[in-house]
Amino acid sequence: MLEIKGLKVKLEDEDKQILKGLDLTVETGKVHAIMGPNGSGKSTLSYVLSGKDGYEVTGGSAQLEGDDLLDMEPEERAALGLFLAFQYPVEIPGVGNMTFLRTAVNAQRKARGEEELSAGEFLKEVRAKAKDLKIDADMLKRPVNVGFSGGEKKRNEILQMAMLTPKMCILDETDSGLDVDAMKLVAEGVNALRSEGRSFLVITHYQRLLDHIKPDVVHIMADGKIVKTGGPELALEVENNGYADILAEVS
Amino acid sequence: MAIAKLKSDATEARLAGVTLPDGAAWAQAARKDALARLRAMGLPSKRDEYWKYTDPSDLTAVAAPKAALFDAQEAPLFGDTDRLNIVFVDGVFDADASDVLAGEGLEIMRLSDALAADIHWAKDLYGVLETRGQTPVERPLAALNTALATDGVVIHATGKVSKPVHISYLHADETSDAILHNLVKVDAGAEVTLLETGSGAARFSSCLEADIADTGAFHHVRAQGRDHERRTVTHCFARVGAKSTFKSFTMTVNGVMTRNECVLEIIGDDAIAHVAGVCVGDGKDFHHDDTVFITHDALNGESRQVFKKVLRNGATGVFQGKILVKADAQKTDGYQISQSLLLDDDAQFLAKPELEIYADDVACSHGSTSGAIDETALFYLRSRGVPINVARNLLTLSFMAEALDEIDDPALAEELRDRLEGWLARHG
Repeated sequence: MLEIKGLKVKLEDEDKQILKGLDLTVETGKVHAIMGPNGSGKSTLSYVLSGKDGYEVTGGSAQLEGDDLLDMEPEERAALGLFLAFQYPVEIPGVGNMTFLRTAVNAQRKARGEEELSAGEFLKEVRAKAKDLKIDADMLKRPVNVGFSGGEKKRNEILQMAMLTPKMCILDETDSGLDVDAMKLVAEGVNALRSEGRSFLVITHYQRLLDHIKPDVVHIMADGKIVKTGGPELALEVENNGYADILAEVS
Repeated sequence: MAIAKLKSDATEARLAGVTLPDGAAWAQAARKDALARLRAMGLPSKRDEYWKYTDPSDLTAVAAPKAALFDAQEAPLFGDTDRLNIVFVDGVFDADASDVLAGEGLEIMRLSDALAADIHWAKDLYGVLETRGQTPVERPLAALNTALATDGVVIHATGKVSKPVHISYLHADETSDAILHNLVKVDAGAEVTLLETGSGAARFSSCLEADIADTGAFHHVRAQGRDHERRTVTHCFARVGAKSTFKSFTMTVNGVMTRNECVLEIIGDDAIAHVAGVCVGDGKDFHHDDTVFITHDALNGESRQVFKKVLRNGATGVFQGKILVKADAQKTDGYQISQSLLLDDDAQFLAKPELEIYADDVACSHGSTSGAIDETALFYLRSRGVPINVARNLLTLSFMAEALDEIDDPALAEELRDRLEGWLARHG
C-alpha cells in the first residue's frame, strides 16, 4: 500500500535535516505503528506524506499503490486515498461541519470521476456514522472544530475518515489530549474502519493507544529513521523501559 | 487661511447654478439651514483628518465622473423575499416599477411628497439627526445631501411591519448624479426592515436618518451595486431609544469609490446598536471606506461594529471607527472589530480604531487585523481533498462570516453569502 524508500527531508526555511533516509513499507490491510521520542521526525513524516508546505524532499520516494505521492498536491493525494488525522485539528469559523464534510466528500468523488452524493444520501450517511462516534446533530451543524473539546475534535477527525473512506490512514498522535474514555471512543471508531483493503499508520508516543488499536507491526523511529521494527511486543518494551535502551541497543 | 479659501471656493463651485428643490416652507428652511452648515464647514478635501485615507475629490467635484453601466447578469437581490418594492432610476422615482406605497403597520411616502406636506414627525427628523451628527466631527457631504436631496422614501413604522421595504436604486445613465434622502421613524414596539440595493447613479449620495423609539426595532440590510466605476457616499444617522434595536449591514462589491458613514447615538438605556459590513474588491480601482461613530449616552448599552474586507490586486480598504462612551453611560458593552483579508501583497488596508471612554464601569474592546489566508487551515482543507481554489474561497467566506452573522434574518444573510461566493468564484 505505502512504500517509502530512503526518504530524506529538510525544512524549507532552515538548514535542518529531519528525515534522514527513512524506509517503511505498510502492507495492504495492515496496521503499523510508529513510536519514537520527541523530535524524531514522526509528525514531519505525516506532513510530508500528505503534502504540507515548508518541507523540502532531498532524496528518496514515497508511493501509494505505486503512485508517486511526493509530486502531488495535497488534494490529489487525498483523492487517491490518503488521509491524515491531525494532531491539532484546525478550527474554521463560519464553515459548517456538514458543509465542510460534503464539500470534501464530493470534491474527492469528482476527482475520481465518481458521481457526487446528493444532499439526501450524504445526510443519511453522515448521520449514521456520526451516531457511532457519539457526534450529535449540534456538532455537525457547528463551524468546523470551533468550540469543540479535545475529544470532540479527534472524534470529528475520525468522522471525516469514515466519510472519506481512504485507503491509507495516517493518525498523528490521535491520542494526545484525550482522556481514557475519549481515547476508547476514538479507537473504536478506528477499529470499525479496519478492513482488508485499508491500511493504517498510527503515530504515537505511548503504548496505551495501541492497547485499543492493536498494531500488526511496530516501528521505532529516532533521528529521522526507522531504527527498529518488531511486533506489538516492541510497544510494550518501550512502555516498560523507555526509548533509551532501544536506542542504545541499535546505535 | 489659504486652505479655508480653497475649501470655500470648492464649495461655491459645487453650489454654483444649483437650485434648492421645491418644498413646503419648513422644508425650504431645513434646506437653507443645511446649506448654511455646508458653507460654514466647506466641502471636505484630502487635507482633512477625517479624509486622510480617502480622497473625496470625486465626491465633491462639480460634475459626476462618468461611470459605465454594468450588466450584472444576475437576478436582482432579495427577489424571493416578499417585500414592498420601491424603485429609483438614477435618483428618479419609477412609479411603474414600484409597488403602491402602503403596508400594514406602515405609513410610507416619497420624500418629495413629505417635504411638500405638513407631517410633524418628518419635520422633526429631516436634517435634525444629520445636524446632531455634525459634532464632534463635521460631515459636510451629509449637509450637502440634506440641502439638495431631490427625493427618497419616508417610512413610519407604527407596528410590526410584515414585509420589508425594499428600495432599489438603478443606474441607467453614465453621467447621472443622484442625491436621495430617506427618513425612518420606528414607534415604540414597532419593527421594520429596510432593504436597499443597487448603485443608484454614476455618483450617488444617500442619507438615512432613523429615529428608533423605546422598544422599537430597525433592521437595515444593504447591498451596494456592482458597478465598477460608480462613486458612492452614504450617511446613516440613527438615534436609538431605550430597549430598542438598531442593526445595519452593508455588503459592497466593486466600486471605484465608496464612503459609508454611520453615526449612531444611544440615548436610552438597554439599547442595542450594531453596524456591520463586508466588502470585496479586486484591483486598483477599488476604494472602500467605512467610517463609524457610535456614542453611548445611556446605561447598559450594547454596540457592535464588525467590518470585514477582502482585498486583492491593489484594492484599498479603509476603516475609521469610534466608540464614545459618555460619563453617564455605565455598563456599556462596546465591541469593535475591523479586519482585512489581503489576498496578495498589493492590497492595502488602513484602519483607525478609536475608543474614548469617560464612564468607569464599561467593557469595551476593539481589534483590527490585516492578514493573508491561514496556511494551516488551507492545508487542512486540501488534505481532505478540497481543491485549492475552493478551499481558499471557503476560508474567505469563513473570514466574512462574523459580519454576515450580524444579519438577523438567515435567508437574507444566505443570499448575500451566495453573492459573495459568486464573486469569489469569478475573481479567484
